Order: sequence, then structure tokens, then C-alpha cells
Amino acid sequence: MITLEQVIKELGSYDGRPIKIMEVCGTHTSSIFKHGIRSLISPKLELISGPGCPVCVTSALYIDKLVEYSLMEKHCVLTFADMLKVKGTTMSLTEAKAVGGKVRMLYSPLSAIKLAKEEPDTQFIIAAVGFETTTPIYALIMEEVIKSNINNIRLLTSMKTILPALTYICDNEKGIDAFLCPGHVSVITGSRIYEELVMKYQKPFVIAGFEGEHILGAVYEIVQQITEGSFHTKNLYPSVVSVEGNKKAQELVEEYFEEVDDDWREIGRIPSSGLRLREKYHSYDAGSSFAASQTDSPKGCRCRDVVLGRIHPVDCPLFHKVCTPMNAIGPCMVSTEGACGIWYKNGGKNQ
Amino acid sequence: MCVAVPGKIIEINGNTAKINVMNNITEADIRLVSAKPGDYVLLHAGCVLEVMKKDAAEELIELFQELGETV
Ligand code: SF4
Repeated sequence: MITLEQVIKELGSYDGRPIKIMEVCGTHTSSIFKHGIRSLISPKLELISGPGCPVCVTSALYIDKLVEYSLMEKHCVLTFADMLKVKGTTMSLTEAKAVGGKVRMLYSPLSAIKLAKEEPDTQFIIAAVGFETTTPIYALIMEEVIKSNINNIRLLTSMKTILPALTYICDNEKGIDAFLCPGHVSVITGSRIYEELVMKYQKPFVIAGFEGEHILGAVYEIVQQITEGSFHTKNLYPSVVSVEGNKKAQELVEEYFEEVDDDWREIGRIPSSGLRLREKYHSYDAGSSFAASQTDSPKGCRCRDVVLGRIHPVDCPLFHKVCTPMNAIGPCMVSTEGACGIWYKNGGKNQ
Repeated sequence: MCVAVPGKIIEINGNTAKINVMNNITEADIRLVSAKPGDYVLLHAGCVLEVMKKDAAEELIELFQELGETV
């Protein structure tokens, strides 16, 4: 047994080689601020954000398509709130709404089905965006659509999987020593998906929840593994994360969706990193396209470097001066889970 | 987007459950899990993602027990 005080003392006085830890999930980025983690640990332990905000990595052309649908007669876009403010090449869904676009909130799989039944003359387009945490929701919608013979729901998909993105980072970005794995993605995938990464890249992959203790515990575990030179997957969130993950959810996703090479905004194409509806369900697809899409950052914006963990948001020259949540230049500032927005909200200091 | 919150199942009706989330009662889809009233669950986007195997306090105690063992 070790106490929290001992953990904090050890992490605060750590004086070994510098260690750079990537937190993959935006919710972790928020928790790190909320609990003042940086002020508790040695400056030799650097925490850097990664590509873990699905909204930030959704292609601008995809958002354009949603906007287009919202403005079409007898069409309505159903989306989770996170997607509303991010701009495509011309406007965001919120802006589309202001000029008459029909956009409604998706609260749950059930709410989508209910709406579709109540308004049979409206064609509902589901903005199916997200990582493994959210993909099962779209699979549940599909199951119900088919079971209840609903013909006014279609999916515009931009679903991404985390493992290929982590592989991409390990292959292309040098200098990340360890990963704080996303807790809620891991609930669905299970901890086993990180095993192959540990084997291949010889780095610690530690799964943690979102309490301060979880994060400090994870950093402590990472420091131990690196000091001892022995690497493995460690699950510090066993109340909800198992080795195998949620099998039912995995099977349901498997039934409706298949892997596809996909584009990540700011990063580019990553092999097998997306999901699309299987061939037999193509009639439910609203024209999701996986052709090369616009991935460039707006001029001067360094979102690419932010999502790849090369810089902290404060290192972008536009941060706070030109780019703020009210006048966001890049998606990382707009999204509530985007690193730039989170840093801004928390005073923009590397505290 | 991947935010999930814990809650406690009050009652189950077919594919949906009434769940107490920080004293607010909400409805959620429970098709992804096998759960019963009284279970603590993790909720995301109107859907139960997993049944919690232990409560948060217990988990944190165990976490420090386990970390202690690796030293
Ligand atoms: S601060 Fe703004 S401009 Fe700079 S990287 Fe972040 S979103 Fe882009």
C-alpha cells in the first residue's frame, strides 16, 4: 500500500530523465487542469494532449455535408452538442441554423427513433461522429431502425478508432514516452487492445479514470515502469474497464460497421482508422465519403501540432491573442474537448 | 464527446431504464448490458455503457494498494 501523499511526494521530487506522457482523451486534459496535476508533479514529467477529441479530427468537408443536409427541404440533422460549433469550410451547424437550417440535438438512441416515428415526412440525418465510446450508440440506432422498419433515418458517418491513431503517433512522432489511455474508450474496447502497442513500441500504456487520484496514480505507474525498464498495459480503472471490454457493444458495432481508411482533420489519412456502414446496410448511408478530404489547418493555426502532441496550445502564436473560443481559428479551440479550448478556459497557463 | 457519468438504476422497462444520476432521474437505453435495479452503471449519450463492478471509493483504495505492490 502506498498513500496519495507518498505518490505526490515522489512525483513532485522526481529528478530522473524527462518523461513525456500523452493523454489521449480530452476529458483527461480537463481533469489534469481541474485537479491541478501539473502543479503537483516535477517539471521533468510533461503531460501533453493527443488526438483524442473526435470533433477536432472530423474533416471540414464532412461538416459541410451536414450543413448542406440541414438546409435541404424536409431534412433535419441530428447531432450531439459537441458538433454544433465547429466550422466546415464555410460555416458551422449553429450558423446553418441561424439561416434556416434544421438541426436538432441527439440525446439518445431512443430519442432519434422517437423523432423519426413522430415526423415520418422528415428525413433525419444522424451525424455519426465519435470514437469507440460513441459508436455503439449508432449501432443501437441501426438495430432499432431495422427492427421497426424505419425509413427516414440515415447515417452520415465519421467514426474513428483509437488504436490506429496511437499506432500512427508511435510511428511518426518521436519523443512520447508513455500513454495515458482513454478511460471511456477502453470501457468498450477492453484493455487488451493496448497489448500489441506495448509489445511493439516498448512503452507504458496506462488506463485511468478521471479523478485526480487516478491520474496521479497513472503518472506514478508510468514513472515506475520507465525507471524499471519493464513495460506493460496497466488498468487503473477496473470498476468499468475489463480486459475484453463490452462484448455486446463490440458485436453490435461489428454487425453494422466495417473498417475503412479514414482522414483525420489536421493529421491526414490513417489506415483502417475509420468505420463505415457495411455493404448490406448501404441504403442507410447518407453519402459518407472517404475520398481525400480537406485536412489543412486554417492559416497560422497549429492544431496539427497540438493534436500530434508536438506543442502545447500556449505555444501557438495565435493562442489567446487572435484565437479565443469566441473567435476560434481552429477546431481545437471550438470543441469543449479540444486542447486549445480547455487550456483557454483554464487560464492558458502551463500550471 | 466521450464523457460518461455514473448513475444507479431505479427500474427497468424493456430496453430502457430509469436511472438516478446525481439525484436527477433520467431514462437510458440498456441494450448494451445485463443490468438489474440497484446496479451502479456508467452512462454515455443516453445509453448505459457498462455496469460498475465496484464503487469509486473502493476502486481508489485498491489503486493505491496495487501501486504500492509494484515498488
Ligand atoms: S490556439 Fe487556435 S489557432 Fe492556435 S492551434 Fe489552437 S485552435 Fe489553432
